[in-house]
Amino acid sequence: MKKYEAIIGLEVHAQMLTDTKIFCGCSTKFGSEPNTQTCPVCTGMPGVLPVLNRKALEFAIRTGLAMNCKIAPYSRFARKNYFYPDLPKGYQISQYELPICEHGYIEIVVDGEKKRIGITRIHMEEDAGKNIHEGDHSLVDLNRTGVPLMEIVSEPDIRSPKEAVEYMKKLRTILRYIGVCDGNMEQGSLRCDANVSVRPVGQEEFGTKVEVKNINSFKFVERALDYEIKRQIKVLEEGGTLVQETRLWDSGAGVTLSMRTKEEAHDYRYFPEPDLVPVTVDEKWTEDIRATLPELPDAKRERFISEYGLPEYDADLLTSERALADWYEEAVKSGGQPKAVSNWMMGELMRLLNEANASIEDCPVKPAQLAGMLKLIDKGTISGKIAKTVFEEMYKTGKDAETIVNEKGLVQITDENAILKTVDEVLASNPKEVERYKNGEEKLIGFFVGQVMKLTKGKANPKAVNELLRKRLKEQ
Amino acid sequence: MELYRLGISELKELLDKKEVSPKEVLDSLFKRIDAVEDKVKAFVTVTRDKAYEMAAKNTDGVLSGIPLAIKDNICTKGIRTTCSSKILENFIPPYESTVTSRLLEAGYVLVGKTNLDEFAMGSSTENSGFFPTRNPWDLERIPGGSSGGSAAAVAADECIGALGSDTGGSIRQPASLCGVVGLKPTYGRVSRYGLVAFASSLDQIGTITKSVKDAALLMNVISGHDPLDSTSAPVAAPDFTEVLSKDIKGIKIGVPKEYFIEGMDKEVESAVKDAIKTLESLGAIPVEVSLPHTGYAIATYYILATSEASSNLARYDGVKYGFRAEGKDLIDMYMQTRAKGFGSEVKRRIMLGTYALSAGYYEAYYKKAQQVRTLIKKDFEEAFKQVDIIATPTAPEAAFRFGEKTDDPLKMYLSDIFTISVNLAGVPGISVPCGFTSNNLPVGLQLIGKHFDEATILNVAHAYEQSTEWHRRKPEL
Ligand SMILES: [Zn+2]
Repeated sequence: MKKYEAIIGLEVHAQMLTDTKIFCGCSTKFGSEPNTQTCPVCTGMPGVLPVLNRKALEFAIRTGLAMNCKIAPYSRFARKNYFYPDLPKGYQISQYELPICEHGYIEIVVDGEKKRIGITRIHMEEDAGKNIHEGDHSLVDLNRTGVPLMEIVSEPDIRSPKEAVEYMKKLRTILRYIGVCDGNMEQGSLRCDANVSVRPVGQEEFGTKVEVKNINSFKFVERALDYEIKRQIKVLEEGGTLVQETRLWDSGAGVTLSMRTKEEAHDYRYFPEPDLVPVTVDEKWTEDIRATLPELPDAKRERFISEYGLPEYDADLLTSERALADWYEEAVKSGGQPKAVSNWMMGELMRLLNEANASIEDCPVKPAQLAGMLKLIDKGTISGKIAKTVFEEMYKTGKDAETIVNEKGLVQITDENAILKTVDEVLASNPKEVERYKNGEEKLIGFFVGQVMKLTKGKANPKAVNELLRKRLKEQ
Repeated sequence: MELYRLGISELKELLDKKEVSPKEVLDSLFKRIDAVEDKVKAFVTVTRDKAYEMAAKNTDGVLSGIPLAIKDNICTKGIRTTCSSKILENFIPPYESTVTSRLLEAGYVLVGKTNLDEFAMGSSTENSGFFPTRNPWDLERIPGGSSGGSAAAVAADECIGALGSDTGGSIRQPASLCGVVGLKPTYGRVSRYGLVAFASSLDQIGTITKSVKDAALLMNVISGHDPLDSTSAPVAAPDFTEVLSKDIKGIKIGVPKEYFIEGMDKEVESAVKDAIKTLESLGAIPVEVSLPHTGYAIATYYILATSEASSNLARYDGVKYGFRAEGKDLIDMYMQTRAKGFGSEVKRRIMLGTYALSAGYYEAYYKKAQQVRTLIKKDFEEAFKQVDIIATPTAPEAAFRFGEKTDDPLKMYLSDIFTISVNLAGVPGISVPCGFTSNNLPVGLQLIGKHFDEATILNVAHAYEQSTEWHRRKPEL
């Protein structure tokens, strides 16, 4: 059997986080009553005209800069013509021949290797509305009509579903970092179509390209591509030929289904939009926007490694969200030891956030509070074990660690005499175990420690308990 | 003299001096409409009650109490706006066009919405989805189009002035055929917001009036950048009334040789040549110029205008507003609605434009036409290096009879042969009455200006008008 490789290019639609629509002043808020966020412009009334939202243009430029693109000083909108009830004008205003951004790239890491994925173009366009089918009729909701979108088109540089997932993740991270898109695939603010072909390894020319649409969740990116690649290889292996077509990912059945072939493809009759003047961007504005870009994930990751001495794994995770990285740095700045802060965030903090289905922005514990708790551990005021209880309480109440430790009397017992008293108690009431220990069953030390901790309600300093136990057992 | 006979500036003087009241003006005007509208059929909707309501509001705007008619493809909030199409027969816009907003601020009174060729596609108003309008000078003849209703209403004194729209001559040609003044401003001078689009890159709202001064008065109100129309130019507009009386001595008038050709209508030719002589006698200097790509203008126009139209008219699909025919499924509903809602000329143009934009034809048609458009624009730029304005006939002939050209669209399209290049180039043009044929039908002189230089063509047109009597003649109705 021949070996095949997959050639994948992704077209990602990202909904921009502007307050208003791309060509009118209507709100872009998600989830309102149908048709409450509409006006004559976005409902395609006769005689109305679009006016470009400057913020949407700024967001597109911002995205282009973050993805190393060239920003076109002159670009323009075109009309993509087709009939559908959720498209009130009978055409979608989109960029076609002259997009705002071109020739960029982003970097992904797959199996420890860095790889550059080219960005062919980024263009602006308006979203369509939503058809709602009810029995024998359909209704149209135009709230989403005119919400600004960016279409980010990659080069066919992706070679596996895994790379595609990494690419999508990186894209999402960048979009969220620069604040232009919330990256929410479930709500449709990030949508993905893929161009997939396969070819025998070593072959120069590309195989027949198939477009897979409707990949609307992160977990489906890998599954849909996996399925499609296997399907194509199977067709070729069985001596068949592939047709250039558009296929739809059916997430329920876990398969891609043919939607239309090239012959049935729409003729969108693109032509320059005469209602909008060409978009001109001067260099000064581009540079002004560049100056407002935050530190991007790749740079931040490198810095976390060099500045805080974090392992790559920690740096990756902590820089995957800007808010997470900010939270981390705030905690370190407040005196938390870098690796300890990282451990606590990736462990307890993430666990509690996940349980509450909350994001770092909603975290009731402030970075300085984590740093405060870590200080108590360092000073020996509480043990690491007690700290877990304290941290949970901090998360529940928002109180400082010190307050909780005092209120609940969780201060660690370090007084040797006090601990010794309990140690003697435990040894006295477990003579059989003492005997076995002496006969060489040294692992029973754990049992004695456990008993002491139980009696002290976990407040005894474990190190001291350990030392005192061994000392006493030796003496007996 | 009856009040309805007056133009804007004369009536404004009487109103300002309080010698007449807005109500008296309306009484006179509606008496006139009642008397002649059955013959002329200029209006799709007469807004009598609304007019009295508006006239009762005393404003100190420059058009306070002045009754105007508005072409029925310009949206008026709460008032039916049909484009003379069955598909929009009951459409009531919930918004006001920018031009009528500005007129409202100036205190105008709306008399009614005037008839047009459906969606402004035509040169005779015979393509109206409702009824044809008649030329007040000869009721057996067409008034021109597509702003035939506005031109006829002004000529028949059914309003004091009017707004029209001009995509390939739709203001100037009917103004010429009805013996009134029609101005198409520079593309971008007047906001298109609320003008139902036919061909977005060519459409421009303008004025149809009884005198050049009236055109200047209206232009002062409707001109200027509009944040709702990105194609409206951020260019300051001068006070157009101030430049009217300037001496035209030494102004160079280009006479393009391509516009005076063998076989053209003799009466039109001599009227226009006489007009140029009159201008010469006022001190202007005629200079022969060449606009070498004139011969390609009609073909270029009919590719670009129909391409844009095919897309602009896609929104009339029966889903959201306007006429809807029942169908057995969605596609059938679309097809039935558009088959029944649009007239044949509109359908012809949608098909032409759809074809021109189709994959495989785009380069040969749309793209090529855009390139020729650039050449036509350059023709004007070159000519304007030598001259200040250009003078031509407005239309190749005077008003023709109903049905004369309806069977042959190409013949009909030639009615705009002298006006179309002006839209392609985006420059301003004005038509002023310059004589009559032996049948007592008006002939128009077209003056074409440089980009954003309406002032000079208004100045020359005014000088010409003041030294002639043509504009004072009235049709007998
Ligand atoms: Zn809107």
